[in-house]
Amino acid sequence: MAKKTKSLSLNFGPQHPAAHGVLRLILELDGEIVEKADPHIGLLHRGTEKLIEQKTYTQALPYFDRLDYVAPMNQEHAFALAAEKLLKVEVPIRAKYIRVIFCEIGRILSHILNVTTQALDVGALTPSLWGFEERETLMTFYERASGSRLHANYFRTGGVHKDIPMKLVEDIEKFCKSFPKIIDDLEGLLTDNRIFKQRNVEIGIVTKQEALDHSFSGVMLRGSGVPWDLRRSQPYEIYKDLDFKIPVGKNGDCYDRYLCRIEEMRESVKIILQCIERLPKGPVISIDNKISPPNRDDIKQSMEALIHHFKLFTEGYRVPKGDVYTAVEAPKGEFGVYLISDGSNKPYRCKIRAPGFSHLQAMDYLIRGHMLADVPAVLGSLDIVFGEVDR
Amino acid sequence: MILKLQKIEKIVNSELSSKVKNSLIVNDELLIEVDEKDIVDVVQFLKSNENCKFKQLIDIAGVDYPDNEKRFELVYLFLSHENNLRIKLLIKFETDQSVNSLTKIFPSANWMEREVFDMYGIKFKNHPDLRRILTDYGFKGHPLRKDFPLTGFNEVRYSEKDKKVIYEPVKLEQNYRNFDFESPWEGTNYIKEIKNSEKDGKKN
Repeated sequence: MAKKTKSLSLNFGPQHPAAHGVLRLILELDGEIVEKADPHIGLLHRGTEKLIEQKTYTQALPYFDRLDYVAPMNQEHAFALAAEKLLKVEVPIRAKYIRVIFCEIGRILSHILNVTTQALDVGALTPSLWGFEERETLMTFYERASGSRLHANYFRTGGVHKDIPMKLVEDIEKFCKSFPKIIDDLEGLLTDNRIFKQRNVEIGIVTKQEALDHSFSGVMLRGSGVPWDLRRSQPYEIYKDLDFKIPVGKNGDCYDRYLCRIEEMRESVKIILQCIERLPKGPVISIDNKISPPNRDDIKQSMEALIHHFKLFTEGYRVPKGDVYTAVEAPKGEFGVYLISDGSNKPYRCKIRAPGFSHLQAMDYLIRGHMLADVPAVLGSLDIVFGEVDR
Repeated sequence: MILKLQKIEKIVNSELSSKVKNSLIVNDELLIEVDEKDIVDVVQFLKSNENCKFKQLIDIAGVDYPDNEKRFELVYLFLSHENNLRIKLLIKFETDQSVNSLTKIFPSANWMEREVFDMYGIKFKNHPDLRRILTDYGFKGHPLRKDFPLTGFNEVRYSEKDKKVIYEPVKLEQNYRNFDFESPWEGTNYIKEIKNSEKDGKKN
């Protein structure tokens, strides 16, 4: 006679180091097997979309840093592209290169964090210590370009805020030369590590079809063998001129996704080096003073420049009526902005499409039948950051 | 790209002629307006048709136009990997109307619809689990509606007396000021309000 068992419900989080933030996961367990997972999100909800409706376009941009706060500039990029598409502004070529450099730095930042913390979740401490040192260097680059390590607020509609000094470009190049060695070191710790493999191989398998049905994007999609990268398939900025590969997984498990991220870091380094090599000279922001502020010298000399400056920082620029959806390949997947403008200086509606939202949604189906100890491993490989999930 | 979109537009218009209300291509993006009753059929068609293959639901965005007769709009964003195309589907409906859920066709619509429900109070028929998702437990109101104030109604703080976090009506030291820079010569409403209250004060 079968024994009657009662399932146990367990609160995983909201304060749990492996939950990568404030996730409350209500698990129903049969022994150690997870029968159901119900993620409760929204503990970090700040009403970003509502706030953006009240701000001018310039003021709305910093909110994007605060979404996925490990790769801030990639988010800004999506919003800047959306506004540019409505305004039909031409972005200077140098600005495009600088944007790509910093987006790829953002990708490395995010992937280091993810790979190392995933290792941390399954029991390896050293990778995170090594990885975070590199993140610190990268964040110094952010700081030297934008003035702040995390919330950069560097991109603008029509370009980037300020030009980057030559010394910074040299230092980024130096970093790119030395960084592949660090990736090798990290891989040496993890890729063939028996414990790491036991915890990740064939855990949280996603098939191609399931990845499509669950609106997966980014590494979650590529890990399952779908060769889809917006940088390649719907190229924005200068990605179509650059030479880079798109790593694709085979089995769609946590281990494949880890491998994809490692390879993507190597590709990002290649992209940055190419950009540095070709980095052209010229302006870094649209010279149209109806959209971008005039430089300080002009403000001192020209009345018109002064008026432009005043109007831009009070009223802001008006964006033509219409709606656009622009998406970028953020480190976590397709990050999109659906922007509706009513012709005024503030967005009428700004829907933010965060990749993590759909990924976390699939948690229930991914974890069913797995052991409790696999929850952190799967959660880690989903690459969840609550800033963007909760918005 | 444009050519491909025009092709899709033509296919959709001919195959679903009775259901499509309007279709246009602006900013290299195809927007198709359909009746809210037909949404499930149209999505099913877009997903399964040989030429369309929009197999991924990217997002669902609610929009609120308080002055319109049909107050709410939903925009469904789809992506086709095979054709490398995106499409937007638009439906319009009134305040208390409910919309058919897409969860049967796209499992990922589940949370997206929950978010729309949470933010706009739009109800979905046949949704397996229509709960609030982003707002707090026990939250009232729908924050992204245009008539919901930015500052909200309740605020939380830790009460030393009760030894727990308590909810209180929002008390602001200074009212939220919405500077309307678009017409600087008329002054902001905020200043007018102060002047009016001063006048009232003098009268009293």
